[in-house]
Amino acid sequence: MAEKKAIKQINFHVTRYNPEKDPKPYIQTYKFEVTDGMTVLEGLHWIKDNLDPTLAWRYSCRMGICGSCGMLINGSPTLACNTQILHLSHSDITVGPLPNFEIIRDLVPDLLSMFNKHASVSPHIIRNEAEIVDRKGEFYQTPEQLEAYLQFTYCIKCGCCMGACPTLATDVRYLGPMPLTALERYNEDSRDEGFAVRKEIASGDGGAFHCHYAGECSRVCPKGVDPGKAIQLLKRKLVLDYLHLAHTKKTCRKLEGPGHGKPLQNTAAPSRTIPE
Amino acid sequence: MSNETKYWSWHMAAGVVLFFLLGLHMLIMHMGGTMHMFAPHGPDAVSIANSQWRDSRFWFAITYIILLGVGLYHGLYGLRTILFELTLKPALEKAITAVLLLVGIGLFGLGGWAAWAAHVVALAGGKG
Repeated sequence: MAEKKAIKQINFHVTRYNPEKDPKPYIQTYKFEVTDGMTVLEGLHWIKDNLDPTLAWRYSCRMGICGSCGMLINGSPTLACNTQILHLSHSDITVGPLPNFEIIRDLVPDLLSMFNKHASVSPHIIRNEAEIVDRKGEFYQTPEQLEAYLQFTYCIKCGCCMGACPTLATDVRYLGPMPLTALERYNEDSRDEGFAVRKEIASGDGGAFHCHYAGECSRVCPKGVDPGKAIQLLKRKLVLDYLHLAHTKKTCRKLEGPGHGKPLQNTAAPSRTIPE
Repeated sequence: MSNETKYWSWHMAAGVVLFFLLGLHMLIMHMGGTMHMFAPHGPDAVSIANSQWRDSRFWFAITYIILLGVGLYHGLYGLRTILFELTLKPALEKAITAVLLLVGIGLFGLGGWAAWAAHVVALAGGKG
């Protein structure tokens, strides 16, 4: 395979911070030639391999799946592995840690606060324990029931939405877009019966009503999830519940055996033809 | 159920009422020259004669009081939300809620009294 040609000299302005040594974060600039298709993550690797082995960041899959390499790139929270350098700039790139988190070191944010908030919203199916433990049968969902929450399941917990949220910037108690989206994901799930459990935290001090609908969370999400929509749906659900106007959620049944003795509906998506 | 859901629900309801009443306000006060709505004494919507004509109508006085109430509630709730974003201590948040409630009730009382007094004066032919 032919080696890619270096085509541009780029200045990488990287935020550096070692809490044991540095009183506050500072910017360090690295200059090197990038090749076409090189991602910001690859750029950081190049810096570590060739210029500065002390630079620290977090990454794993390198293909936009694990959500480890969320960082602030040219002022916008996004995944370093998903962002090509030359798509952003032909001269200067700024790379910093995700805002609204403590910095562990350099580009490594402390995501513990986010995961603690995530755990607090009971992000799992809540249903009669005996029904779940019973191995017989399976819960049946229609395509429409799946569609109601499917996009929220694409969240990879990268923290980009949390970094972009202007409310979280000042209100540390606010749960933030990711945990509230996870909460709504389970509220929308037809297998779940846990709204009564979750509504206290959803409407509490750090709950959905602190969201101003700036919409930055939805704009920056690298997986196309719409946390802004999830939070608005959650608000609507809470208000309708308060006004006693909420529809009683029809949870899906558990079917025992294939088709519960009856043939299941054909739920396969229609086949597609690719135009020539 | 947290109070926040209650506050937010009324905030939304007040917003919808504000939308209609402010629309009506714009039509009457700022497009009076072309619309001639509720202004039988010439195109100047804020002239004494036109103002007294509106003030003398019972439902107008009621509308003013409703507009005042929903405007105060909507605005003060918004102010409370902005203040709460500063991550205050819970005790301070409770105090702010109480102060804003008192301020809102006080202003509503004063404004409501003024609107009703204007209605009574207009009914007496402008001789308060």
